[in-house]
Amino acid sequence: MSYISKPKVSHPKSKKNNIGLKRRDYEGVVSTLCAGCGHDSITAALIQAVYELAIEPHRLAKVSGIGCSSKTPAYFVSQSHGFNSVHGRMPSVATGANAANRDLTYIGISGDGDSLSIGMGQFAHVIRRNLDMTYIIENNGVYGLTKGQYSASADIGSKKKKGPANQQKPIDPVSMGIALGSTYVARGFSGDKEQLVPLIKGAISHKGFGLLDIISPCVTFNDNPESTKSYSHVRKSQNEVVDADFVPPAEEILTKYKEGEAMPVSLHDGSKIVFRKVDKNYDPTSRAGAYSFLRESQAKQEIITGLLYIDKEADDMHESSGSSSIPLSEISYEELGPGKKELANIMNRFR
Amino acid sequence: MKTQNNKNLPPRVNDCVIKIATVNGTGSASANGLLLKALFRMGIPVVGKNYFPSNIQGLPTWYEVRVTKDGYHSASNDIDIVIAMNVQTYEKDLASVQSGGWLVYDSTWPRSKLLDRNDISVIGIPFSKLCIENFEGIRSRILMKNIAYVGALAALLKIDLDIIKTLLNETFAKKKHLAKSNLEAIMLGYNYVIKNLTNPLPITVKKINKTKDHIIIDGNTAAGLGCVYAGATVGAWYPLTPSTSLMDAYETFCSQFRKNKKDDKNNYCIIQAEDELAAIGMVLGATWNGARAFTPTSGPGISLMSEFIGFAYYSELPAVIFNIQRTGPSTGMPTRTQQCDLLTCAYASHGDTRHPMLFPANPEECFHMTVNAFDLGDELQTPIFVMSDLDIGMNDWMSSDFEWDNKYEPKKGKVLSAEQLEKLENFYRYFDSDGDGIPYRSLPGVHPKGSFFTRGSGHNKYGGYTEEGHEYQEVVDRLKVKWNTARKMVPKPDIKYSKTNKIGVIAFGSSDGATNEAIIKLRKSGLKVNYCRIKSFPFNESIKKFINKHEKIYVIEQNRDAQMRSLLILDLEVNPSKLFSILHYDGNPIYANLIVRELLDNESIA
Repeated sequence: MSYISKPKVSHPKSKKNNIGLKRRDYEGVVSTLCAGCGHDSITAALIQAVYELAIEPHRLAKVSGIGCSSKTPAYFVSQSHGFNSVHGRMPSVATGANAANRDLTYIGISGDGDSLSIGMGQFAHVIRRNLDMTYIIENNGVYGLTKGQYSASADIGSKKKKGPANQQKPIDPVSMGIALGSTYVARGFSGDKEQLVPLIKGAISHKGFGLLDIISPCVTFNDNPESTKSYSHVRKSQNEVVDADFVPPAEEILTKYKEGEAMPVSLHDGSKIVFRKVDKNYDPTSRAGAYSFLRESQAKQEIITGLLYIDKEADDMHESSGSSSIPLSEISYEELGPGKKELANIMNRFR
Repeated sequence: MKTQNNKNLPPRVNDCVIKIATVNGTGSASANGLLLKALFRMGIPVVGKNYFPSNIQGLPTWYEVRVTKDGYHSASNDIDIVIAMNVQTYEKDLASVQSGGWLVYDSTWPRSKLLDRNDISVIGIPFSKLCIENFEGIRSRILMKNIAYVGALAALLKIDLDIIKTLLNETFAKKKHLAKSNLEAIMLGYNYVIKNLTNPLPITVKKINKTKDHIIIDGNTAAGLGCVYAGATVGAWYPLTPSTSLMDAYETFCSQFRKNKKDDKNNYCIIQAEDELAAIGMVLGATWNGARAFTPTSGPGISLMSEFIGFAYYSELPAVIFNIQRTGPSTGMPTRTQQCDLLTCAYASHGDTRHPMLFPANPEECFHMTVNAFDLGDELQTPIFVMSDLDIGMNDWMSSDFEWDNKYEPKKGKVLSAEQLEKLENFYRYFDSDGDGIPYRSLPGVHPKGSFFTRGSGHNKYGGYTEEGHEYQEVVDRLKVKWNTARKMVPKPDIKYSKTNKIGVIAFGSSDGATNEAIIKLRKSGLKVNYCRIKSFPFNESIKKFINKHEKIYVIEQNRDAQMRSLLILDLEVNPSKLFSILHYDGNPIYANLIVRELLDNESIA
């Protein structure tokens, strides 16, 4: 039903962001997903995040693969450009797009099927390139559009609405992200918007690959109590280890954090992420520490959430390949074509 | 130095074929390059064909040098001299010499009497012995043995030694000791022949002046250079023989000509993808953002890219895809040539899809058609295939100097600027306002009014999602209008009529050289044929006219299933019973005598 456009009205007193846009200006067409779908909550958090970050809508590029999750770019920021690609191949499109224009903000939306099965190869390699983008996996443990087959993220013993329990080992995108060297790794829950918005804002502001695994229950096929991707199970098992707050560049860090508890990390654009350690032993800048903590909590069947790892020093794709700071798509032909005289010189090398 | 046979081939100057059999990874490529360049610098047109294994070291490899005063461009199957440096293939190499020819072998070790042929002459030169006596170290001895045969050939054919010396000094300008040792090896072979050869060869070379304003280049290097001149900034690829050297060339030229004036960084971005699916995805991401982007690949890569190719067709994104065709099906023979992906590329991907293809026939056309492909891709907003092959892409071709017009400006097609978008009331991505089937594009980040959603799912002419039959159909019908616009825009064929328009031949790509040569030879045999060389798909109407004007058409191509013939029938709806095939598909480049023989046989001219 996405051809039905929402009426463009908003409350006259609703707040405007730094570039004079209202939250309403960041909305998209009406979602066609099932009522109560976790993905719609993530869309709402995304809208909130880009509104608060005051991103110019047309400077935002939304890319996705195929699946319920990949439909969602149509449901936020209608005034931005969207690229709904083929199944599991969104990372390559984002890579090429970023190669051509490094100045846009890239948000990729994928799902557990799109990233962890058909798209596993591209998922791994986009991390390896540390592409400057936000990569959201809307993780529900099932294939929704094809009516509820288990996906690769389904836990052993987890049972969806119909059929037997899953018997295969799950692939955890967060463990993979840390193992593969993603430079920003977070896990959120679609039912916890308060936690989600700063995580998204952090990922967008982070220069490099920002991975967000967001558990997003599928209300139609996988939201029964026996499922580990259900609202009830996640609420019961969620352990928020690191609470991250996002502080935009211009704002001062206020004293709402107790000393010793808070750890501000400055990002490339001058904004800060302030970690508040719920678990005192957790160090989100230690890759090894993050990985072992994750393994331990998995053994305890806890779902840890929050910003789990950050490395803000790593080079992104352009820095490693030495490309110009000016977007390649904006460089004039005058500078790109070597011209007639050079061609004559080149010819002399082949005699 | 004995020869067993006196019935040698008649004397010839600047017209012979030398085949060199070596083991790969033993430096023979440099030796063969040296030989080819020396002949070229003597002003004699040459053709260099490399027959190499899918392997790095230890397997047989051959290099064929055709010395052709007439300036032919194809391989010849009539080998006059074989340099048999590889014991593994000795028997086969011996058999490949044409009657009356010569076989040069390493006489360090005794040769089996069983391997005699009494219709050719055998020349033994103790290459290994000479190198063992004069060089230290196993590797050096192996490498020098291969350089030594160039010296022997120089003496046998009378190649100018000064030119060889100059070439060595140029090649090893920074490593003078290598220039010295290489020359030493050359002289070992040279002096041995001068000292021991009793009856000189009637086949010789002599300086002429037929290579001025010409170069020796391969098609992949030319296409890589074309990408630089076309203004391409993003190249994504997965290594695949025989396409790899195209990206190597692009990178080399970029490193020289693509430094940003402001920050001295790269005005290009090369991404080695995880596979071909990713490579084409990257290209589409880049062209979506307005950059010129390309991917070089071969048949197996095309198979993998197919889903995205259909996406690009339907969502109307430009892409330049180089298919350096190799022998299929499946892995096939990766280092052998064919023209075997015509049908695959013409209709790549599921659903109703069709894609323009360009058929360069030589490196010069690889250069120019590359630039053309980027223009067409941007103007037509669709993937363009540059259908080269291993023969063009990786062999050494003599070519006229490439010319460039400084007035060239990339044709970016219908891309709306911020100012144009500002003036529009509404922007609709897939709306055909000009009637040519080509809608207007906007690029991300340019203007808020330009925003739209790119998708491979059903969409209407406004760019919105649809599952309505008539809305869907309107868009795919409009794509057909665009196809006919493309037909008028792609390069026109080369057609030559004559007074007698009875038999016509159609060829394309790397079959052109052999076809041209065959036509000249056929005329000498009394058979006149007219020639239509196809340069692109969709086919120009003039091809249909050419077919209709002749009683009989022979379609010459390098694949088993007569794919070009099928494509002509499909696209032009011509009468199939008029179209006959001359097919060559053993993986080696097509040669003129094959075409001559088949045509004469078919036309019953003895």
